[in-house]
Amino acid sequence: MKLTQVSVFLENKKGRLYDVCAALSAGKINIRALTVAESDNFGILRMVVDKPEATAALLKKKGFISNFTEIVAVEVGDKPGGLARVLKVINQNSLNVEYMYGFTEKLTDTALMVFRFDKPDAAIRILKKNGIGVVSRKEAGEL
Amino acid sequence: MARYWDKAVETIGATALKKLQLARLKNTVECALRTPFYQVRLKKAGINSSRDIKRLEDIRRIPFTSKDDLRECYPNGLLAVPLDDVVRVHTSSGTTGTPTVIYHTKKDLARWTDLVARSIVATGAGPSDVFQNMMTYGMFTGGLGLHYGAEAVGMTVIPMGGGNTRRQVQLMKDFRSTILHVTPSYLLHIHSKLSEFGIAVSDLNLRKAYLGAEPYSENTRKKAEQLFTIDAYNSYGLSEMNGPGVAFECEYKRDMHVWEDTYFVEVIDPRTGEVQPDGKEGEVVFTNLTREATPLLRYRTRDIAFLHKGLCECGRTHRRLSRITGRTDDMLIVNGVNVYPSQIEEVIMRIPQVGTNYQIHLEKEGTLDKLTVKVEIYSKMFSGNLSEIDALRERIKDDLRAAIIIHPGVELHEPGSLPVFEGKAKRVVDLRVKL
Repeated sequence: MKLTQVSVFLENKKGRLYDVCAALSAGKINIRALTVAESDNFGILRMVVDKPEATAALLKKKGFISNFTEIVAVEVGDKPGGLARVLKVINQNSLNVEYMYGFTEKLTDTALMVFRFDKPDAAIRILKKNGIGVVSRKEAGEL
Repeated sequence: MARYWDKAVETIGATALKKLQLARLKNTVECALRTPFYQVRLKKAGINSSRDIKRLEDIRRIPFTSKDDLRECYPNGLLAVPLDDVVRVHTSSGTTGTPTVIYHTKKDLARWTDLVARSIVATGAGPSDVFQNMMTYGMFTGGLGLHYGAEAVGMTVIPMGGGNTRRQVQLMKDFRSTILHVTPSYLLHIHSKLSEFGIAVSDLNLRKAYLGAEPYSENTRKKAEQLFTIDAYNSYGLSEMNGPGVAFECEYKRDMHVWEDTYFVEVIDPRTGEVQPDGKEGEVVFTNLTREATPLLRYRTRDIAFLHKGLCECGRTHRRLSRITGRTDDMLIVNGVNVYPSQIEEVIMRIPQVGTNYQIHLEKEGTLDKLTVKVEIYSKMFSGNLSEIDALRERIKDDLRAAIIIHPGVELHEPGSLPVFEGKAKRVVDLRVKL
């Protein structure tokens, strides 16, 4: 099942990342996973949160521009070769990964990775067929 | 002893000069009446033929011509000869997307070259000099203008054009260049690079530099002269008046002789249009007295300067024009290239992904100018995709480069983060410190 990632445009300016986190803190929103992609004078903050719609509304009120992106949270064995096994399936099935990053928490004893695929539905089908766990929205909410 | 290229003309007496100017003005008015633009403009002012110009003072009956007029005449409204007789076209960027154009016949180019040669000889240079031209060739008149003048003088010309500092210095060293034609900021930039290249000023054979295309202070000249142990001469020109060779400093370096046999110069009050006496500052207005392809009468340069009263020790009778102290418009000069904020605005407004608020930042990076355009990203256009935003920035850069020739930096900002102005916006932040 696809999850919703919130992407935020951030100017490379002192305190901007803090401003986002402070806003989320005030809104009692929990960040599950997070990464920052950076360019010259700006970056894009990508995060998985427990309440994406509320997060977007809150950020808009604070003057940030944000957008939703569909991502897939995949269970990856937390041992040597765990990620390689997942990537092998991805590779063999010619799925295109645009970017990926890790969750800070675990649902079970497996690690969790966020994948942005160009075709998320196809990716989920193929991963499941190969016995790789994909986190549901409900499970993500329970993290 | 002063050296002349054309002593008779350069030392012409006041009466003879006026006579020459009047005869040439009449010719130019005849030329102008062959253009669609001046047919209307001059007839409206009651000038139907050169017979309506009886004395030199009658020039004041001719209305001013502006850069906007030139733009509206694009491409052929000011062409006075059949296209078959045109041998060169120079366009320059207008204040908006429409450029301005100047056509030249063979004779026009020969006269231009002659004035540049005259300017070069006035600095004391001659056939034994090796001239390295660091100004851009092409549409920009600085490169080609000095090039042909230097060849006419008989100097050895190295047509290097702008940029590529390492190669410039290598050529300076290998060919024993004695004279550079360069913007002052680039000349200082070269000096800052010498040690990196392992070359000392004493390895070079420099004697002079012709500094133009951007305003600079007397201090900058002194600095350049000391750093390279050379004499630096100020050069003035604009593409509407051919290019370089309108006014040039002689070996005394006390401001620039305007070649008055070819350029009828007036300094006016920019508000009233009233002609100012010598010594008083105002907007400089030129009439090109010899050009046949694109005659321009009383062209308002928007440059602020004054004419000196006294004669120069060199013996030339042509009056001297001061440094340009300012502009009557908002034109920016960035590393020798003229840029109007309106050109930048036009590009920004064409791009749907960015908002309408923008800022133009100018600062010094070493001795060179750096222009950065800051725009706000439009929130509905944000997809969360980094490469899309990078592509957007590249597109803005490319579009700006096409419009203003130079490579600007582009910064994307969050909406609402650039200052908002009520009334007249302050779009340009110029943090360049005078060198």
